[in-house]
Amino acid sequence: MTRFVVRRLAQSALLLVVILAGVFFLVHLTPGGPEAALVANPRVGADEVQRLRERFGLDQPLLAQYLHWVANAVRLDFGRSYFYARPATEVILERLGPTVQLGLMSYLVALLGVPLGIVAALQRGRATDAAIRLLSTLGSAVPTWWLGLSAIVLLSSVTGWFPNGQGKGSLGEWAKYIILPASILGLSGLVSFTRFVRSGVLDTLSEDYVRTARAKGLNTPNVILRHVLKNALLPVVTLLGSLLPAVISGALITEYVFAWPGVGLLFYEAASSRDYPVLLAVLTMTTFATILGTLLADVGYGLVDPRVRYA
Amino acid sequence: MTVRLRRGAWDRFRRDRIGMAALAVLLLIVAVSAAAPLLADRVLHADPDRFVRTESGRIATLQPPGPSYLLGTDDLGRDVLTRLLFAGRISLLIGFGVALVSLACGAPLGLLAAYFGGRVDDAINAAVQVVLNVPLLFVLIVLSIFLTPNPVQLAVIFGFFFWPSTARQVRGVALSVRRRDYVEAARALGASHRRIVFRHVAPNVLSVMLVVAGIDMAGAILAESSLSFLGFGVPVPLSSWGNMLGLSQDLFRSAPWLVYPPGLMIFVTVLCIFLVTDALRDAVDPMTH
Repeated sequence: MTRFVVRRLAQSALLLVVILAGVFFLVHLTPGGPEAALVANPRVGADEVQRLRERFGLDQPLLAQYLHWVANAVRLDFGRSYFYARPATEVILERLGPTVQLGLMSYLVALLGVPLGIVAALQRGRATDAAIRLLSTLGSAVPTWWLGLSAIVLLSSVTGWFPNGQGKGSLGEWAKYIILPASILGLSGLVSFTRFVRSGVLDTLSEDYVRTARAKGLNTPNVILRHVLKNALLPVVTLLGSLLPAVISGALITEYVFAWPGVGLLFYEAASSRDYPVLLAVLTMTTFATILGTLLADVGYGLVDPRVRYA
Repeated sequence: MTVRLRRGAWDRFRRDRIGMAALAVLLLIVAVSAAAPLLADRVLHADPDRFVRTESGRIATLQPPGPSYLLGTDDLGRDVLTRLLFAGRISLLIGFGVALVSLACGAPLGLLAAYFGGRVDDAINAAVQVVLNVPLLFVLIVLSIFLTPNPVQLAVIFGFFFWPSTARQVRGVALSVRRRDYVEAARALGASHRRIVFRHVAPNVLSVMLVVAGIDMAGAILAESSLSFLGFGVPVPLSSWGNMLGLSQDLFRSAPWLVYPPGLMIFVTVLCIFLVTDALRDAVDPMTH
């Protein structure tokens, strides 16, 4: 197991280096890169542009810029934001809290798929199962952010209140503002969990040891609890990891729809104002989280299913 | 042999009522979108890029749905229904384009990986891992800031991020087909590599490719709509379902009617693609039941 984890860790580190290098050169090589952001402002004169280029290190050779960026990035120094004129890391840290809250709450919503999946599997072929499957098909086809937008429109026209931004103060106020964006963000995870758990439970139900337990006269609730669920739910752990990339991308658009002041909205703002240091810093963070999610899923799978370790 | 197999698949597909209904709706959406210029000109008498006028001659900005504008008008006085039809062309075009690019890159790479194994397989897998671990939406936003792509370029860019899952699927199927008895038998009888690949492996992989194409298309339509909704995908004045929704977000208090039609179109289109793909999968591979 240790060898498996070490190998996967090394692969992940390599992936991180390759993808980040790709992202860095993409941002700096394409026309309209950071230079253009400075030149585009008509109120900034030629000598001023030169001064800014020197200040942000844009006058140096690209490779030198890259090495410089890497050397600083490992110390979590991503340079100064063009827009906020403060360290990019500082700007991101301020926005991290709301995103983490939203992400965690959306995981809670997604986990509701576990009981749904169990119920669907145990009621296989009946109306409840059909209804749950129908809902999960509908849920995977709908752009969830559009559901969010529609919810805002309906809610604001009926109640006059619309969920925008983050609730401050009491816990009730906080819950009132987070519940809708968290549900929207958690919806695709909810669908994945439901499907995953349903098929997992169905597979386990047809295993020999379940039939044996039944044949030996164990009552159904006991078989289901001790033999089926215990084995069917272990792999769910892996889904927690593989869901992370989707949650991060989803957070970007959900935060935009609900004006939720997190890292996703910060990225949108940085993209709109061509704030390159912040753009690259958020890209680094999300790439890291995406790779981490895949890694956690793989390692979790290795823990649950020993056969994977030797693949 | 292969002909009979395929006819069997079509017979099974035809008996799937949900699949057939979804296919009918999907074909209707494709037909109406394809005929958008004709419909706009002859039936709706509106141009997707130009404002319409009210009866009193004023520019019809933000008119609610009514007899003269079935789905209302937007803030520039353009007819929403007309723009919706034209948006369908863009969204479907991107969907088809992405599926095509994804198959064109992913299928050969998947076959190569399965057939040669070893180093080739490892190299292709490394590339797959790199692309799959890119935070997609974030990088797409960066790409579209720099390149300001037109819809065809968008399809190519999306396709680049969609091929890994195609390659994986094709590789998996090709591997399992390679081990089947009839392939072993063909090999034992002295059939050439070429004959095995084209007569025995490819037909089986083809049916999987259709299913993968469907999934890619649905995924691409969803991804394009997200990107365009944020204002980074299909550039205005072209309309796509996504960028129409992006516009609606700023206006929903005064014009809530802008929010529903484009979203519904995305939903229905993607849902139909999923249902057709599901039916197709069942029809092609009855073993799954």
